[in-house]
Amino acid sequence: MSERRVELEVLRYNPETDREPRFQRYSVACREEWVVLDALNHVKESVDPTLSYRWSCHMAVCGSCGMMINGEPKLACKAFLRDYAGVIRVEPLAHFPIERDLVTVIDDFMLKLKRVKPYLLPAQAKPIAEGAYRQTPAELKKFKQYTLCINCMLCYAACPEYGLIPKYIGPAAIALAHRYNQDSRDGGRDERQEEIAATEGVWECSFVGACSEVCPEHVDPAGAIQQVKIRSTVDWYAEHLMPWLKK
Amino acid sequence: MEIIQTDVAIVGAGGAGLRAAIALAEADPALSVALVSKVYPMRSHTCAAEGGAAGVIKADDSLDHHFNDTVGGGDWLCDQDAVEYLVREAPKELIQLEHWGCPWSREADGSVAVRPFGGMKKQRTWFAADKSGFHILHTLFQTSLQFPSIRRFDEYYATELLVGEGRCAGFTAIEMRSGQMRRFDARAVIIAGGGAGRMFPFTTNGAVKTGDGMALAYRAGVPLKDMEFVQYHPTGLPSTGTLLTEACRGEGGVLLNRNGRRFLQDYGMGPETPLGHPVLKTMELGPRDRVSQAFWHEQKKGNAVSTQWGDAMLLDMRHLGEKTINERLPLVRDMSISYMSVDPVTDPVPVRPVVHYMMGGIHTDIQAATSLPGLYAAGECACVSINGANRLGSNSLTELLVFGRRAAMSAMEYVRSGARAAGDAVLAAAEAAAQARIRGLLQRSGGTETVAGLRKEMMRIMEQHAGIYRSGEGLADACSKLAELRRRYGGIELHDKTNVYNTDLLQALELGSMLDCAEALAQSALARKESRGAHQRLDFTERDDKNFLRHSLAHYRGAEPPRMAYSDVVITRSQPGVRDYSGGHE
Repeated sequence: MSERRVELEVLRYNPETDREPRFQRYSVACREEWVVLDALNHVKESVDPTLSYRWSCHMAVCGSCGMMINGEPKLACKAFLRDYAGVIRVEPLAHFPIERDLVTVIDDFMLKLKRVKPYLLPAQAKPIAEGAYRQTPAELKKFKQYTLCINCMLCYAACPEYGLIPKYIGPAAIALAHRYNQDSRDGGRDERQEEIAATEGVWECSFVGACSEVCPEHVDPAGAIQQVKIRSTVDWYAEHLMPWLKK
Repeated sequence: MEIIQTDVAIVGAGGAGLRAAIALAEADPALSVALVSKVYPMRSHTCAAEGGAAGVIKADDSLDHHFNDTVGGGDWLCDQDAVEYLVREAPKELIQLEHWGCPWSREADGSVAVRPFGGMKKQRTWFAADKSGFHILHTLFQTSLQFPSIRRFDEYYATELLVGEGRCAGFTAIEMRSGQMRRFDARAVIIAGGGAGRMFPFTTNGAVKTGDGMALAYRAGVPLKDMEFVQYHPTGLPSTGTLLTEACRGEGGVLLNRNGRRFLQDYGMGPETPLGHPVLKTMELGPRDRVSQAFWHEQKKGNAVSTQWGDAMLLDMRHLGEKTINERLPLVRDMSISYMSVDPVTDPVPVRPVVHYMMGGIHTDIQAATSLPGLYAAGECACVSINGANRLGSNSLTELLVFGRRAAMSAMEYVRSGARAAGDAVLAAAEAAAQARIRGLLQRSGGTETVAGLRKEMMRIMEQHAGIYRSGEGLADACSKLAELRRRYGGIELHDKTNVYNTDLLQALELGSMLDCAEALAQSALARKESRGAHQRLDFTERDDKNFLRHSLAHYRGAEPPRMAYSDVVITRSQPGVRDYSGGHE
């Protein structure tokens, strides 16, 4: 079984004892098939129990272990050591305040997610006794991709606009709003538009597309944002130039 | 200490906790609900469930079929009144999720699709590709955001229940961000804290599954029921333990030994079924306990495939074709490639049995109530029991919905019946004691034990003695070693004595939970001198209905090993019979 010594350079910051963040080096004997998370777990168990980070599922679905790895937002459980040479630098996700070490404060996202009403708002309530809605595979396909968001925050760490304008609602929350807008069972688009088509909504996006590049689930938030922009523009024309269409 | 007052407090914000919170908010918006979890809701382990949730929906199926499959699958240790309730409520809960937006996979006509699952006689597993748990969790979490009466406390670790005047009155919890302790005063508490698979070294369970909810109730005097029943899922990746869903076999995947033989036919699950045409309730669609046990025997016979991570068998899905694999099993393909460098489209994937689920847990009745007034439990942490000695795949997602809601309704009735908080003096004393215990652990110096060291020893003991096959001798050894580890736990000294997001402290507390659960498990297993479902004894190889058609109840006794007691199984209409998974069972 092949082993390899890996040098990790990990950002450390404890608000109680550190004035500012610093880097700490760990030299770890790793197995070839390990991911960065395995190396961190090895450090935590055998070298330095004070290192703090979030993780749980180790299968890229719980969204806990988002980190900057060599400057790129990644899930540590899907960042394979075999893809890195030399020192691997591990930092907390960019654009979020550091709570401690690799743990970030994600309050901002949690509030924004709630604001976009990411739940079904049916045009008419349907009693359970009437059974399930019909939804064809084609209708499902229109939004399925956007349901795959695991809230890992990599897209926020990658988004240059979010870095500059923290009020921007951001890729994941817009993609999730769009997910419900596109759902054949939903009737709540107008309510969501108030948030996502506002100035802090889609119009902040300059279509860099970094969000879609880093998304580990291939949600394509950039695509969702562009679709929202187009729909909003159509809304504007319908309202201002062709008011009779609204009737 | 800051006190948070609430009508109902829920510990755990995975599927069961969220379902309970929504049920309370819908039933009575005036009730305040505190939803408290050591992780953000979307990090809860419900997200890792892949295959689906069982509920009768198709014309050729019936509630009786679902009942019979479940009771037989559980080797007659299920409480049949609870199973009747489960199968009756299941379709309603799954439709409710659909109304909340869950992206269930569909038939061409737009109706909900179902897939075959192990031990089930009919197709009744609702699924969302192979990320069913993920979609259920996110649908519930996102739906919960619309209710103002639900107040979330994300990343709060509950340390102990407050019991006053014979009732559960709340709990203390550490806010991870500040390291400060808070007191939750609640008129009713629901525990929905998940399972405890991390007691074992090789498990599909995420790092959060450390039995904290079970330990909370256990230490407060509520017995843990049927803890000896641990489910091994037959198909985990040997490198990481990552789960490959049973739906791989539901869709037609087959299991091979090193000679290319579909060996399940040699263990009472034959005759062999045609490749690509899976037959329900036989061969690869046998129940998990039988399939995992068959692997153990193959290994003994030298028929396993060797890999650099140890013995394995092969899960062959090649005949399904790329299109089906991509549509129905995209996560399976992605993980096999990522973690094993094997593409199931072109090669069989090595897999081996892996610890997956605790059938046992906090003893509740069919109303999800525990023996402690004001305390309820639901989900994997609870034992109602609908799973008996072996859970059928796709019943647990259904269970957390049905009994999450049931726990909420019971808690609401209890609150409305005029339950009041215990006296201030009692709670203040309990709070001070809880605070002192955490301070003691945090500040202890001169200790010689470490969290990682003790955890590793615990895992080794569990793997060695509490696995698929067990013996009295091994279990006795496990019991004495676990008692010793619990004693040594008192000698832990933390490296990290700071407050903010202290995971050294968190892991020490989690280890404490796991050690208590592990001891309850080993003692229950030692006392059960029979083989039933997932509990197989090499020294008592037969099922013994005369002496053991009953639930084990482990009662906490502090530093001493638990006191074992037993309760009757509720049988309404299915007398214990033979579990027949041969192709001729019809």
